[in-house]
Order: sequence, then C-alpha cells, then structure tokens
Amino acid sequence: MAELLQLAALLVLLTVAAGLLRILRGPGAADRVMAAQLLGTGGIAVLVLLAAATATPALLDAALTLALLAAFAAVALVVAAPGRASRR
Amino acid sequence: MSLLLDGFTLVAVFAGILFFVAGTAGLLRFPDTSSRLHALTKADHLGLGLIVLGLLPQAGGVLPALKLLVIWALALLAGATVGPLIARLAREEDAPP
Amino acid sequence: MTGLLADLAIGAAILALAAGMVAARSAFTATAFFIAYGLLLGLAWVRLGAVDIALTEAAIGAGLSGVLLLTAAARLAARPVATERAPGPLLTALIALCCAAVAVAIGAAILSLPEPTPSLAAEVAANLPATALGNPVAGVLMSYRALDTLLESAVVVLAVVGVWSLTPPGGWGGFPGPFHLRVESGPLALLARLLPPIGIVIALHILWVGKDAPGGKFQAAAILAAMWLLAWMAGLATPPRIASRRLRFAVSAGAGLFLAIGVAGALAEGAFLAYPAGWTKALVLAVEFALTASIAVALALLVMGPPEEEDRA
Repeated sequence: MAELLQLAALLVLLTVAAGLLRILRGPGAADRVMAAQLLGTGGIAVLVLLAAATATPALLDAALTLALLAAFAAVALVVAAPGRASRR
Repeated sequence: MSLLLDGFTLVAVFAGILFFVAGTAGLLRFPDTSSRLHALTKADHLGLGLIVLGLLPQAGGVLPALKLLVIWALALLAGATVGPLIARLAREEDAPP
Repeated sequence: MTGLLADLAIGAAILALAAGMVAARSAFTATAFFIAYGLLLGLAWVRLGAVDIALTEAAIGAGLSGVLLLTAAARLAARPVATERAPGPLLTALIALCCAAVAVAIGAAILSLPEPTPSLAAEVAANLPATALGNPVAGVLMSYRALDTLLESAVVVLAVVGVWSLTPPGGWGGFPGPFHLRVESGPLALLARLLPPIGIVIALHILWVGKDAPGGKFQAAAILAAMWLLAWMAGLATPPRIASRRLRFAVSAGAGLFLAIGVAGALAEGAFLAYPAGWTKALVLAVEFALTASIAVALALLVMGPPEEEDRA
C-alpha cells in the first residue's frame, strides 16, 4: 500500500513537472500563472500522498500551509501581472 | 474490510492522477488560454479531490481526515477565485489598450 | 526505486527551473519560475526528511519571497530607472567563471565531508527532555542556540528599518507600499474576506504544534503575513502609517521581549538567555507568541515596501 501511494506521488510529481513547460512557453502572463497554480495543487497532492505513504502526519500541516500560500501566490501573480490593465 | 478500503483508496487515488494527467495535457496542448484554464480547473478540483477522497480511509483518525478535507476546501476556494481572475487577465492581455 | 526516481525527478526539475529563471527575459516570468522553484525545493526537503525546513520553504521561499520579488518588479516597471550598460562579453565571461568557481567550491566542500558526518544530533536528542520541548528543531532554536534565534529576530527588525530608509523624499511617515492599490470587488475581494480567518486558525495551529512537531514561529508568521497582504492587495485593509508608534512597537516587541528575558536569565541564573528551572516552557511559549506577531508584521511590511511620495495619493 505504502509503495503504491509513493508511486502515485511520483506520478503526480512527474505530471505537474511536465506542466511547467507552460511557464516557459507562455505566451501570456495568464498561462504562466496557470502553470504555477497547477504546480501548487500538484505539490499539495504529493504532500498528502506522502503523508499517508510514510505515516508522517506533519506533512499534512505542510500541505495546509502550502494550500494557503499557493492561493496567496496565485493571487499576487495575477495582481502584479504586467498585462493587467485595471491596475493603472 | 481493510482490503476493501485499500482498494477504494487505490481506485480513487489513481482516478485523481488521471485527472492530473488530463489537466496537464490540456494545459500543454490546448490551443488558447481559455481552454487551458478549463483543463487546469479539472486537475485542481477533481484530481486533488479524488486523491483526498481516496486517502480519507487511510487518515487514521478524525482530525487528520478533517485536515485533508480542509486542504481540499482551500484548494477549491483558491481555484474558484483565481480562475475568474486569470480569465480576466487573459482577456486584458488579448485586448491591449 | 520510486524514491530514487522521485529524487531524480525533483533534482532535474529544480535545475531546469533554475536555468529557466536565469534565462527568462521578463522579471514576471523569472518570478513565476522562482515560485515554482521554491515549491519544488520544499519537496526536496521533504525527501531529505526535514519537514521543518520544507514548511519554511513552502511558506517563506515560495510564498512570501516570490510575492516580494513580484512587488519589486511591479515597482521597477512603474518607474523605470536608468538601466546600466549591459555587461560586455569579457565581464559576462568573468561573471560566469566566478559563479562556476563558487559552485565547484561548494560541491567540493560537500564531497569532502568526513564519513560519518560529524553530528550533535544524538546529544540533542539525549538532552531534549531538559528543554521541555518535544521537537528537536524547536529545542535547538529556542534553547541550545537561542542566541542565534535572538539575532535572527533582530535582523528582521533591522530589515524593516532598512526598507523604510529607502523612502523617497516627501514620503516619510506615510502609508507603506504603493498608493495605486484600489478596492477590488468580485473574486479577489471574496477570497480576501474568506481566507484570512481560516489562515489565522491554521497559523495558530502551526505555531502551537511547533514545540512538539514540525512548525513554529517563522512558518506561522509567514502565514499571518500572507493573510494580511491578501487583504491589503484587495484594498480591504489599510496598513498604519510607518510613523505610527503602535506599528513600530509591534515590529520590535518580539525581539525586545526575547532580549529582556535573556537579560533576566543573566541576572537570575548567571548566564545570558538561561531559563530559570521550571519556567522554561512558559518563557519559550511567551517568546514564541511575541516573536510570531512581530515577525508577521515585519514580513508584511517588507513585502509592502517603503512609502511613496504623498502627492501620488
């Protein structure tokens, strides 16, 4: 069971890491924000999977923190995005 | 019983991974920003949701299970509010002043 | 097997993100890379079994530092400074050479560490009960190396002073941060109203478990600061003017209390920062709570930046 959950964590990690190509390609700021947000969600998924696989409950707290901060970072990326007209 | 629960966990977790794979594929392959946003929210909401659902029987207590649910709720809240913000940003980028 | 693959994947992704960050043409893209980079670094710390550092990296590395860089980039874009000449090919080569030399030196230092690595971990674990704390990291930070923690908390105060000293003429004493933030409506305002109450509860949880499990003041303070900044970005919370005495007290109170307890230890027990027997836990908790509040305010003020001129209001 633990092995399979670790495999699941690895699969999620590989998947969202592939999604990072979108930061590189863009083209717009919106696409880059999306890739960062996907990585945030994927990171949360990896942490909860590892918390169960390795029986480390502290990783759930790390996932909670990440969930809060990922939302905050995504909002900040949108607010500070260069193409955002309403900021001026 | 435990075998049944383990089976449930694996089915739900790997279904969640399917959504992550689909969401990433959409993010990389879809032609325009709006479609890509559509793909992303599936990974966010359903991918993480199914993984959390699958892990609930393994949480080993009410408090860790509650934490898992809160984590998903936070991701839902973030996705639901950041999605429209990204869409607005994409529209503003498409139509330069 | 999965462990090795995961390590390889994380390592490769971190290197790719670092390369992307350096090569990115716009500051915004580079910052997006930086946030992703901090997140993966957090996962690397998890793989190394250092959950405490992973928590800090997720909160401060990916979250707050990324947003700090974003606001800095936005400020630079709003008022372009005269950019210096781009370095010539000779200077570029020299910079590359120096960076490579530093990287090789660090790599050589790590590879030349003796086997087994010298460690005080066993002694820390053996003496942990004396500190009344269950988390070895908290024991080291608040007891064995309390002096380092005291200096760190003073550095945060000094950083705020340093940022405020960059206030342009005419802005001194005003509201921190740029003026052009307006009251948002719609999704951003909704999130800025819903998330902070949840965030405050989670921050207190992280702070409270920090004495027995991974967590603690810096992580909790980073979450609190992020919640305040979220309300600030949505235009819902106006920070006090930097001339406000209460704000200045809030920034320095934590380090001040820590210092006072340290001096009291010198008077009562004969050693600076010694905790009187039986009082350890109460004093450590008092310092942790005061420092959390002060660091949270300080981190938020660092991200907001110095005030701008009054006439831009």
